[in-house]
Amino acid sequence: MADEQQPEGAGTPPPAKGEADKPPAPAAKPVPPKPAAPPPKPPAVMAAVPWESDLARAAKERFDDGIKAASTYAGQNFIVTAPDAAVPLLEYLKLEADFDYLVDITAVDWPKRPDRFDLVYIVYSFSRNERVRIKTAIPDGFKPATAVDVHLTANWLEREVFDMFGIEFAGHPDLRRILMPEDWQGYPLRKDYSILQQDERWVRENLGIESGQ
Amino acid sequence: MPDSTFLDSTELVLNMGPQHPSTHGVLRVILKLDGERILGTDCVIGYLHRGVEKIAENRTWAQFNPYVDRMDYVASVSNGLGYCLAVEKLLQVEAPPRAQAVRVILTELNRIASHLLWLGTHALDIGAITPVFYCMREREEALKIFEQYCGARLTTHAFRIGGLQYETYDGFEREVKAFCRMFPPKVDEYEELLTNNRIWGGRLKGVGVLTAEECKEYGVTGPLLRAAGVKWDLRKAQPYSGYEKYDFEIPTRENGDTYDRYIVRIVEMRQALRIIEQAVESIPSGPIMGKVPKVIKPPVGEAYVSIEAPKGELGYYVVSDGSTQPYRCRVRPPSFVNLQALDRMVRGGLIADIVAVIGTLDIVLGEVDR
Repeated sequence: MADEQQPEGAGTPPPAKGEADKPPAPAAKPVPPKPAAPPPKPPAVMAAVPWESDLARAAKERFDDGIKAASTYAGQNFIVTAPDAAVPLLEYLKLEADFDYLVDITAVDWPKRPDRFDLVYIVYSFSRNERVRIKTAIPDGFKPATAVDVHLTANWLEREVFDMFGIEFAGHPDLRRILMPEDWQGYPLRKDYSILQQDERWVRENLGIESGQ
Repeated sequence: MPDSTFLDSTELVLNMGPQHPSTHGVLRVILKLDGERILGTDCVIGYLHRGVEKIAENRTWAQFNPYVDRMDYVASVSNGLGYCLAVEKLLQVEAPPRAQAVRVILTELNRIASHLLWLGTHALDIGAITPVFYCMREREEALKIFEQYCGARLTTHAFRIGGLQYETYDGFEREVKAFCRMFPPKVDEYEELLTNNRIWGGRLKGVGVLTAEECKEYGVTGPLLRAAGVKWDLRKAQPYSGYEKYDFEIPTRENGDTYDRYIVRIVEMRQALRIIEQAVESIPSGPIMGKVPKVIKPPVGEAYVSIEAPKGELGYYVVSDGSTQPYRCRVRPPSFVNLQALDRMVRGGLIADIVAVIGTLDIVLGEVDR
């Protein structure tokens, strides 16, 4: 079915299934909107503003080129780093700025970008009551360093990222799938992983027929 | 010549679960044992994995709302609150005061319901049969309020992005107040059964200790962290949904063992009741839905919003690409993260302790596996 392919449609708003965003306009002839369509594409970036703070400045001083940006969006601060600077920054924040609680590690897949994945670390400091996100863009196949040596909780969180996105963490003590079965094929949260492909394969292998999905 | 291996002890690998009554769902733990001592554990999870984060990417923002209830299904109201707050953050809208007050009442009722289910099953695991009947009896009263409010008892889908769909029903306040009057003596009753019970103390005290440092290392939050002496609760630290208006205490203890976690949760139920009492006395009038467009299309951006769920910090990291569907919706589940500390908590203990520790972790496998 055509509309089932739609999860692959990354970056751009998926137009299919648009029962919601298609007003009941009965095929009128509003031709004028056409030329206006291309321009709105570029502003499809997050309207983040620079984050001015002692912490951001100190981190920038310490890591120099490792820190690409320190920004704020919707009142939430995040630091964009070079891929090798993420874990050193985590360690720096933990030891120097008391960010002693690694809340989460996750990833976001942007298949159209050369640096395909955004790796996201969320840290929190109990003493400062402050939360910071660390984001780093990595290409497919890049093996970021593990954060287990800095925060033990990274163990399972990185296993989940590996399980779902296929990002391998260099130096991880026990990098196995965690939620999916060990023999699972593919990485489910990648955008090119259709929700039907596993099902079709299973039907073909186990029932010997083509899936009717 | 008979060999003398009879008295030699060897390491034994024992499988526990996934179908085991004390694992509270489908948790499989592989135990490495020396006699009855636990040398190490390995958790096998994922039996309940339904891929909610993938589902989110294939639904609209509003359509995904009911799915979050199926993660921590004993605290579905909390799940829904976290998700709605996250999307509201992206949309930069806030629920109106009336909706916030009703949200607080229902969420705290749900906290009580969740803790009651924990207490009953935990006690059952330890061998105390009676509490589970009492706990279920009172939990029923909370579930009845949910049912009257939105038609569902467990997976409630009580909140909508931007506020509430339903106005409170006639008699809502009366019934919540009746619950508040009915409940405190019942908590006394549980405490009478357990708090000074010698068997209860013997099974729980000093078992599954997790210090404050270890909690932070493992990212463990919620009652486990508070039992280790850290006075931290997101409702106080980063208030949401109007929690700053209510007066309540954060209970803490020092030892970080299973018994302390029991005390912390008991006190938390009493404190939740305090919040409900204050909230129900002063539900503001006004609209129940904020200014949310019919078609929810958050601007391009991302946000991480977390709440204090009954089990700990429940966070949603949502990314919007400007379309009607989430580009990414990551759930930071407290149960998953807390479960990771299981190995540290049971190492060196006895097999019987692991049952107590799984109980005290208060995990819900629906949330661990998502």
